[in-house]
Amino acid sequence: MKKFFARAFLALILLLLYAPLIFIAISSFTESRVLGNWTGFSTKLYGNLFSGSMQGAAGSLMTAVYNTLIIALIAALVATLLGTLAAIGIFYSRGRAKNAVMFLNNIPMVNPDVITGVSLFLLFVFLGITQGYVSVILAHITFCTPYVVLNVLPKLHQMNSNTYEAALDLGATPGQALRKVMIPQLLPGMLTGFILSFTMSLDDFAVTFFTRGTIGLETLSTYIYTDARKGGLTPELRPLMTIIFIVVFALLVIINIRQERAAKKKALIK
Amino acid sequence: MSEDNTIISIEHISKKFGDKRVLDDISLSIKKGEFVTILGPSGCGKTTTLRIIAGFETPDEGNLYIGGNLMNNVQPHKRPVNTVFQRYALFPHLNVYDNIAFGLKLQGVAKDEIETRVMRVLKMVGMTDYEWRNVDSLSGGQQQRVAIARAIVNRPTVLLLDEPLSALDHKMRKDMQIELKQMHRTLGITFVYVTHDQEEALTLSDTVVVMNEGVIQQIGSPTDIYNEPVNCFVADFIGESNIFNATMIEDRKVEFMGIEFDCVDEGFGENVPVDVVVRPEDIYIMPRTDKGQFDGVVSSCIFKGVHYEMIVNTPDGYELMIQDYNPFEAGMEVSMIIKPNDIQVMRKERVCNSFEGVMAEADHVEILGCEFECKPQEGIAAGDKVRVEVDFDKVDLTDDKRDGVCDGDITFILYKADHYHLTVKAENGENIYVDTQDVWEDRDIVGINIRPEDMRITKIEEAGA
Repeated sequence: MKKFFARAFLALILLLLYAPLIFIAISSFTESRVLGNWTGFSTKLYGNLFSGSMQGAAGSLMTAVYNTLIIALIAALVATLLGTLAAIGIFYSRGRAKNAVMFLNNIPMVNPDVITGVSLFLLFVFLGITQGYVSVILAHITFCTPYVVLNVLPKLHQMNSNTYEAALDLGATPGQALRKVMIPQLLPGMLTGFILSFTMSLDDFAVTFFTRGTIGLETLSTYIYTDARKGGLTPELRPLMTIIFIVVFALLVIINIRQERAAKKKALIK
Repeated sequence: MSEDNTIISIEHISKKFGDKRVLDDISLSIKKGEFVTILGPSGCGKTTTLRIIAGFETPDEGNLYIGGNLMNNVQPHKRPVNTVFQRYALFPHLNVYDNIAFGLKLQGVAKDEIETRVMRVLKMVGMTDYEWRNVDSLSGGQQQRVAIARAIVNRPTVLLLDEPLSALDHKMRKDMQIELKQMHRTLGITFVYVTHDQEEALTLSDTVVVMNEGVIQQIGSPTDIYNEPVNCFVADFIGESNIFNATMIEDRKVEFMGIEFDCVDEGFGENVPVDVVVRPEDIYIMPRTDKGQFDGVVSSCIFKGVHYEMIVNTPDGYELMIQDYNPFEAGMEVSMIIKPNDIQVMRKERVCNSFEGVMAEADHVEILGCEFECKPQEGIAAGDKVRVEVDFDKVDLTDDKRDGVCDGDITFILYKADHYHLTVKAENGENIYVDTQDVWEDRDIVGINIRPEDMRITKIEEAGA
């Protein structure tokens, strides 16, 4: 009986958490322009979305999706590269310098997005960097990198530090040793960092909003914001959100499975 | 350089990590095909020496030659040496075959040749049929075999081994020792082997290099090192030993435990303080008789498998360790003989503590980085450089470091038949040597006191003044 209540409670919490998402997902399969009305099953909204013909109050929805993906991809790639190098640097530094850099690495993660957004905006103005694609990508790289560092560092700790030296000893140049021995061992952490960066960039609104400038660059989040302000949500957003939710959900499941496998493997060795 | 068959030549190499001097003027030459073991306690600089040969560290001073070529600034990947690391350092993302083939692939060796060579070394280390296994799925001993195979497949001129067997259990270690020795014979390449296990060093090597505190203590064959240690450290570190403070009366006559013994050593001078080492198996023990050189009473007798190990006390308060095939029970009265051949006389490194310091005030002197009270010295003003001498038995150690003027770590304990000879590292890194009857533990932190009347202070005259 006790078990039943515990389960029911858990189910209730999960239902409350996922209700809005499920609601959107269900209403993406009807044609009604007003959210909440059910006018029979239809995949027309999905069709509209992929034909790319529809225009919302803030320009083309598909352009916004395209911008979002490009920005997320570039930001995640660069952040992964920078974060990995930074993690290696932090790992091999000693004492005070190490603690100081770790501290500095952690601050941006707890800093509210709005603050990060405004300060980056001011920085870009001060440096005279044109606000637009470049500034948004730079801003996203900035807030993604610390997460990559945090994911790569444990892999460095797990690595037998002699393996790099062993590679040199066997005739590898420092570059070859990095490519053939270190990177493969860090790869799981780098991948997790990349996926995390990608989803965080997709998700971001505040930072993008402050750093996109006035050239009319729209990512998905700013598009939805503008769209909602100018009168009602474009119905095609419903299928789009459903798709994004499923993609993000899938990515998170992948990360979890990978971690589970790594843990199992580790347990096996011990 | 290369007219003789020297393969590695280390010339006056020194190395510091921060303020800590880890190698102090090391010189060593290793012959082609030799099995050399560098032996010493942890922190003695043996691994640093190996890492300098491999190229992971660069010497601050001195030169390293391999095959006659200066190697000081040559990158590790360009050196004709390969290393077997202490914790194997296998590449976890590669299987056994790819681990071993790693070096050959980098050299651009043809694929079928790689295969033949990998299979040959796998057979050599007894790991045939394991080539596709994941390295994580192997046992410690198997991983070590792969690590050795990965190094020797490249046919290095020198194979460096950094405590390769330390992570294995006793039985496995014994087996691997025999295999390594065989491998050394078949391959004919030079092995440089680092270990802290004296038994391993004696079993495996042609030449043993004993190191302590960054300094080479002795280089010699295993029998030389065991039978003729040059100082107390080597005698104590290799095997069991009875070490005595002694006086060389004249050539072939030495006195210790208040008894004059015949010995075979010459050239120490007359009435010179020396150290004497006698191995426990070299003291002849018999039931009490007047034919012995000295008498004693057995205080304990332990069976050690092949022999019995007995502790014998003499009436003068000396405690000896004796090994014999026959047991003499505790409480038994016995007599002992030591033959001239079995007495190894060693020059003393020092006969008292000697520090350079500065006169701080009229009645205070600064040595070991602390100010000690002393008797007012005539003719020495504050600020003068002085030499302070203190006898070993005039240094007081206290349990609580706050009770001492200065504090230090006990870094080495030597038992000398009737007292302990301690090496204490003071705050400023200098060593102070202490003779005491008290039992202290290695690594104890102690306070150091010296009474004013026990200091002999002399002024150091400034050069050119």
